[in-house]
Amino acid sequence: MSKQKNMDKAMPKGRPGFNGGTLKRVLKMLMEYYPVLFPVAIGCIIFCSVTATLPAIFLQQVIEVIEDWTQSGDWASASKIIVPKVLILAGFYVVSIIGITLQSQLMVYITQGFLNKSRVSMFNGMQNLPIKYFDTNKHGDIMSHYTNDIDTLRMLISQAIPSLIQSSIVIICVLGIMIYYSLPMTFVVLAGVIIMLNVSKKLAGGSAKYFIKQQVSIGKAEGYIQEMMNGQKVIKVFCHEENVKEDFDKINEELCNDSFRANSYANCLGPIIMNIGNVLYVIVATVGGLFLITGAKNFGLSGMAFSISIVVPFLNMTKQFTGNVNTFSQQINHVVMGIAGAQRIFEVMDATPETDDGYVTLVNAKLDETGNIIEVPEHTGVWAWKHPHGDGTLTYTKLEGDVLLDDVDFAYEEGKNVLHNVSVFAKPGQKVAFVGSTGAGKTTITNLINRFYDIADGKIRYDGININKIKKADLRRSLGIVLQETNLFTGTVMENIRYGNLDATDEQCIDAAKLAGADDFITRLPLGYDTQLSNNGSNLSQGQRQLIAIARAAVADPPVMILDEATSSIDTRTEAIVQRGMDKLMEGRTVFVIAHRLSTIKNSDVIMVLEHGHIIERGNHEKLLEEKGTYYQLYTGAFELE
Amino acid sequence: MIKRLSASIREYKKPTIITLVLIVLEVVIECIIPFMTASLVNRIEAGTGMRDILITGGILIILAVVSLTFGGVAAVTASKASTGFAKNLRHDMFAKIQTYSFENIDKFSSSSLVTRLTTDVANVQMSYMMVNRIAVRSPLMFIFAIFMAWKMGGTLALTFVVVVPVLALGLIFIAKTAMPAFRRVFKKYDKLNESIEENVRGMRVVKGFAREEYEKEKFGNAAEEICNDFTKADRIVALNTPLMQICLYFNMIFILIVGSKLTITSMGTKLNIGQISAMLTYAMQILMSLMMLSMIYVMTTMSLESIKRICEVLDEEPVLVNPEKTVLEVKDGSIDFDNVSLKYSKTAKKSALKDINLHIKSGMTVGIIGGTGSSKSSLVQLIPRLYDATEGVVKVGGIDVKEYDLDVLRNSVAMVLQKNLLFAGTIKENLRWGNENATDEELIEACKLADAHGFVSSFEDGYDTFIEQGGSNVSGGQKQRLCIARALLKKPKILILDDSTSAVDTKTDAKIRAAFKSFIPDTTKLIIAQRISSVQDSDMIIVMDNGAISAVGTHEELLKDSEIYREVYTQQTEGGKDNE
Repeated sequence: MSKQKNMDKAMPKGRPGFNGGTLKRVLKMLMEYYPVLFPVAIGCIIFCSVTATLPAIFLQQVIEVIEDWTQSGDWASASKIIVPKVLILAGFYVVSIIGITLQSQLMVYITQGFLNKSRVSMFNGMQNLPIKYFDTNKHGDIMSHYTNDIDTLRMLISQAIPSLIQSSIVIICVLGIMIYYSLPMTFVVLAGVIIMLNVSKKLAGGSAKYFIKQQVSIGKAEGYIQEMMNGQKVIKVFCHEENVKEDFDKINEELCNDSFRANSYANCLGPIIMNIGNVLYVIVATVGGLFLITGAKNFGLSGMAFSISIVVPFLNMTKQFTGNVNTFSQQINHVVMGIAGAQRIFEVMDATPETDDGYVTLVNAKLDETGNIIEVPEHTGVWAWKHPHGDGTLTYTKLEGDVLLDDVDFAYEEGKNVLHNVSVFAKPGQKVAFVGSTGAGKTTITNLINRFYDIADGKIRYDGININKIKKADLRRSLGIVLQETNLFTGTVMENIRYGNLDATDEQCIDAAKLAGADDFITRLPLGYDTQLSNNGSNLSQGQRQLIAIARAAVADPPVMILDEATSSIDTRTEAIVQRGMDKLMEGRTVFVIAHRLSTIKNSDVIMVLEHGHIIERGNHEKLLEEKGTYYQLYTGAFELE
Repeated sequence: MIKRLSASIREYKKPTIITLVLIVLEVVIECIIPFMTASLVNRIEAGTGMRDILITGGILIILAVVSLTFGGVAAVTASKASTGFAKNLRHDMFAKIQTYSFENIDKFSSSSLVTRLTTDVANVQMSYMMVNRIAVRSPLMFIFAIFMAWKMGGTLALTFVVVVPVLALGLIFIAKTAMPAFRRVFKKYDKLNESIEENVRGMRVVKGFAREEYEKEKFGNAAEEICNDFTKADRIVALNTPLMQICLYFNMIFILIVGSKLTITSMGTKLNIGQISAMLTYAMQILMSLMMLSMIYVMTTMSLESIKRICEVLDEEPVLVNPEKTVLEVKDGSIDFDNVSLKYSKTAKKSALKDINLHIKSGMTVGIIGGTGSSKSSLVQLIPRLYDATEGVVKVGGIDVKEYDLDVLRNSVAMVLQKNLLFAGTIKENLRWGNENATDEELIEACKLADAHGFVSSFEDGYDTFIEQGGSNVSGGQKQRLCIARALLKKPKILILDDSTSAVDTKTDAKIRAAFKSFIPDTTKLIIAQRISSVQDSDMIIVMDNGAISAVGTHEELLKDSEIYREVYTQQTEGGKDNE
């Protein structure tokens, strides 16, 4: 899907003005990053392109000399004229080689540097984007900015731009020289070039059309392959091998047809343009010969008459000219695709970052004899909210973990409220549970508390402070979350636990693991805490990953914890072990729990039953059972949570 | 490896050969054109007649047009050959994967198989096309051009004796130095992209712990390192351009000086202006062909990795194969395990199953319970011979499972996998996986048994409702019930439910079990479950622990005798019933 979308955008749509802005921005960035090197590199390109056209002039002059002296066979005299000319040419060549070396090395440096800077600023920009961005964009699409789009950008800068500049300059210079020598011959060449351009335009158009088709087929085939590879065991169990083979062959055939067409067009372009060049070469030779014989009058800026010394360099110039037209037409595609890629990268860079107007910060604190809160630099285990006020005064509020949601409404999409008038009061140390079907809004509530999303209406207060006033990083630092979907990072077990608190010592990490009940299995791993995890901890079981995630939250030691289906993927027996760890972890903290298994939440202080974004029941286990409402039905197994 | 792959060319040998022939012809013509042009130029200089020029010019134009045709057709046949080859490769791989046993499937992750079938094949397709079009063209062009240059320029061709080795050695040196550097950096680059992906996926964790700045720093460092490595490798490759230019310029100057001397001293007999011009064209052709060759070399070596990965798929031999003489009928649904042990790999230290002895009579309902990692699934997967026991014998209907025809056995033993899946398609299409020829009535009947008929008929399109890939548009419980219905359509002698009702509420679960009891009494039913309630009324309950049978008995017996069973039971009843 994403690829297809990319292709759509990548294809020339005949609105160069629109893309021009992006190209300009790329160039501007290049200038900004490399204010000296980039112009130097461009200068080198221009210089080398000009020197590349020189041989034509020298060739003409040398041949003139040869023509004059062939009859006499007097090399001694001829060499006096030829050798200095060739030496000048050689001099130019030496300079040109230096230029080309400089240019190619510089371009590598600039390209890689630019890509690196783009990558990093895209990544940094991404870190600042709100969670909504990641919820609404497919991860594959986001990834393709880092792979495909960066790739097209690399082509644009390292190849397309230099060779476009080069070809244009060579074309202009050669054209100038041709006009200088002979106008009629130039027309012959130009006529051929116009044909060439038309053909390549046609072919490129056809190729673009089929490349889009090919992308669609690729997407389809990939989708099918993915589905079948995932379901391979089901296929086996149902002895369905032959059927899927048949289906696959159909899709495969279609893909083959489309990619055959796309590739045919693309492949034709090269040989056809090249051979038109050959035809042109021959025509120029013939026409030149005819002009010579018929003694046609030559028009040219030089005013030279037709001679073999004009026809021969003209032949070489024809080659050069058509060769560069060929390069030019092939690079155009890269430019268009590169610009499209750059545009998508810029979209990420330009995406509106998460706003944070918070000014209340979390600081280490201690209490003096009179019970006043004093800010201290060192870690004390006591935290306080530092609240600057408009009148310049500062107040400190002790971090307790008191969370209040007051009449909150929320919608992910304008007009489609998923929470209606939700009010939740969690006193420090209380355990608050949310129960309800998928889509009832349980996770949404937790998303609001840590401000992954901002509420539409109502208020959320944390220790009496409106959470909008708290700096997001500090707010989140005070909340520990364990999610159903565990995400571990590549690194050792220790590093993964330490993620919760970068300053934690090894001992603290191990203590946290012990608390979570994870120490046991970690020490039995081949390298214990130094065991390398990769691929989201694929070498561990789901339950073990969950335990590490819990340890990670434990080491952060937050006053408020959010456990979103944290134990759902663990079997009942293992859960009992995890539960003990969790219970210890929850001691003295405000905890929000979302769980499918009612056994996990039975001992909560408050249980909220959610349905379609409304809290329909609230109370502790006993009270809710007495009410004989939805909770009762769930508890007795009469209802299915979906 | 290459040989292994070329077996997949098959019917595309013809376009491949045509391409090669056409390209050879194209090259020949391309080399003749400068030769003839040279003679044309000379004749013009000598003041030949108009007719002569027109004839030679005409021939030349015809040659160019022929070359154009050949080139164009070759482009098409090359596309045909390479895309067809890719198609066959995909077909062969896909077909091979279909023969895999579970053990083979476990070896490859599904995402790696997807990459092999897509990206890797695309790489090979690209290389194949390049090799066809350039690998023949370039050396030929090189040889022809050298030959023509020598024939025409004589001593002038000596320049190539100097230039060609220099360029060739230079190109080889560059390719050899750059390639290992690239391979290293590409590996790092893959890792970097993996870590980005990890980051994107785990964004809630990153933000939840307010680790944005930490991630930025970590990424910045890694990216910087890769940038440096890439720059180093690319800088080596960038030496190609000046090297090429040096050779080109050297040629130019050599030809100009020596050529003009030769022409003048021999008074145009040994060399003439037309030939000098042609020599310049040949020089260009020779150098370009070398350049192309080095490019091909780099490209094919890069795709070697892909070839290797494709061959791994093609060379993987299915662990389980049909016996020569097969039993074609499963008599009844009895199951016997005699001293069965299972290790998933020869090197594994731990046995997944140890000394299992078990005898289940046809028609019994058997519950299996145990913690994660207790090998419940391993036990039942031996019955339809998804894996082979390492030791001991598993019998179905009194006959060793290894003697049955695999399809026969698996059609009689229906299994609903723990990781069950629905495929993109209508509900009907999905159900007919169980039995292609099932009538609509049979579908409905199976769905009624699995308590799925109710919700299916409540859908707007009923049984024609389209299921999205992976079954994402039905709930977990609905998906499980459809999977059970699909298995029931096989009319199996043995039905295995591997934790297949975990997302179904206890009431529905009970309803399904009751339906089994009354409508398929002769079918042996094995039920793996987390919930005691799902198994407690079974004829026999097996408690698994750590790869061994810890206890066997009825609910009451186990409550008395099995500590594990009792523990799970108390935990579940105390904690209220489960509501997964």
